[in-house]
Amino acid sequence: MAGKQTKIVGKQSIQFENPPYVIGYSSIAGKKESEGPLGTCFDKIEEDPMVGENTWEEAESKLQKEAADLAISKAGLTNSDIRYLIAGDLLGQLIATSFGIIDLEIPMFGVYGACSTMGESLSIGSMIVDGGYADKVMALTSSHFAGAEKQFRFPLDYGNQRPLAASWTVTGSGAVVLGNMPNDSNKNIRIAGITTGKVTDYGIKDSMNMGACMAPAAADVIYQNLVDFNIQPDQYDKIITGDLGYVGSDILKDIMKEKGYDISKNHMDCGIEIFNKEEQDTHSGGSGCACSAITLTGHVFKKLENKEWKKVLFVPTGALLSKVSFNEGNTVPGIAHGVIIEAC
Amino acid sequence: MKEKPNQNNNKNKGPSIKQVINESDTNRRDQIYNQYVKSVTPKHSLVVNILNAFWIGGLICTIGQGLINFYQYLGANIDFAMLYNTISLVFLSILLTGLNIYGKIAKYGGAGTLVPITGFANSVAAPAIEFKKEGQVFGIGCQIFTICGPVILYGIFSSWVFGIIYYIILKLQS
Repeated sequence: MAGKQTKIVGKQSIQFENPPYVIGYSSIAGKKESEGPLGTCFDKIEEDPMVGENTWEEAESKLQKEAADLAISKAGLTNSDIRYLIAGDLLGQLIATSFGIIDLEIPMFGVYGACSTMGESLSIGSMIVDGGYADKVMALTSSHFAGAEKQFRFPLDYGNQRPLAASWTVTGSGAVVLGNMPNDSNKNIRIAGITTGKVTDYGIKDSMNMGACMAPAAADVIYQNLVDFNIQPDQYDKIITGDLGYVGSDILKDIMKEKGYDISKNHMDCGIEIFNKEEQDTHSGGSGCACSAITLTGHVFKKLENKEWKKVLFVPTGALLSKVSFNEGNTVPGIAHGVIIEAC
Repeated sequence: MKEKPNQNNNKNKGPSIKQVINESDTNRRDQIYNQYVKSVTPKHSLVVNILNAFWIGGLICTIGQGLINFYQYLGANIDFAMLYNTISLVFLSILLTGLNIYGKIAKYGGAGTLVPITGFANSVAAPAIEFKKEGQVFGIGCQIFTICGPVILYGIFSSWVFGIIYYIILKLQS
């Protein structure tokens, strides 16, 4: 029995016995993202916001398809080699995902974690691979600025003023192929463990300040990760949150400091990294599933591959917002998922 | 990491994060957290917003007055000139909405672009453009008034209420 329990760590974490390797990954980004500080890091830029399709939703589906195809080919595989696909997006009933992946013909689990989807799908995918239920799986997610605006806020051409705490949904898609064997190279990346987050609600009702909604969730997961593994924040070269933006990042660092962990030196937020706040008028930063996904696949993986960073805690954050619950006067709860990624 | 320059000044006004974390009662904690968030969240400058709204809104109204004068100059009486003016402003607003310009003016002008009839036209045209993809009936038909619907409904309702009040006053006077 003891052998079976060794993977469980602390209250909410797992240390993988056979850590899954990242054997392929891709990042597709939109035009605005290509003009940002990470613009040169992405595999492919889609200048056309419609990506040659008729609707925003179809455009996002196309982005997912492109990201999936590219990640599979970069891994040197074909669709039939992937046993499971774990994918999701922001749109209702995951339509960007379901229509995007039809042609892939890969058995799939659809997941919804709002903007934390990449963390959630990597966590589930890693468990599947480590558990021996598949040799290769793919985690996939996407978001589209116009599709998200249409669903969650106002029609694009409607004239309104965005508050300074609001974030800008990233247009793009990221995919990660995980396998139980490394690629034959000396720059491997693997998923060492995970810490799964809880839905956390501190009573914020302002859907235009998602950083504040999600910061307690991120703090909860990072804190639990450090406690479960009994380590200090400096064990990580970077603690990378998804899309807290400027407001949420400050709150996160504040909470962590109060809980006895100073993460201000090694904290980084994908939402802050992806856009230039002054030049691109993005206010509090980037958001959306693609924000953390393409920063991970376009930027973080490369830093790990060239051993600039050895070990990072990737913590994508999601604001569990719905127009219905918002109009019914409900709060915006947050969630975050921690994934320990290391170079080996 | 880039920090907001005004963060420390703001922080002094609200409760500290320590109070939030140490509060065991969830409702009270949420309250304190909301106050804390309010104190650390940057806001647009109210004075700048008001000034921009004032001059952009004033400009739109001045254009409207110019149009009325122009139509009167062409020979229309005041009632028709005002009607033509409304039609012209609505047309201009819809045209600018379609060209993706009105939103940019509104970002700057705020309520100055929202309150005049141009804002109303924008709030009708924008959903029509966005939801065209979902069809003439369920797209445009059902969604065109999603933003301005409340204005129309309660506008008509309140005019009905005031009409009745007016009627009662007239009856009482006679």
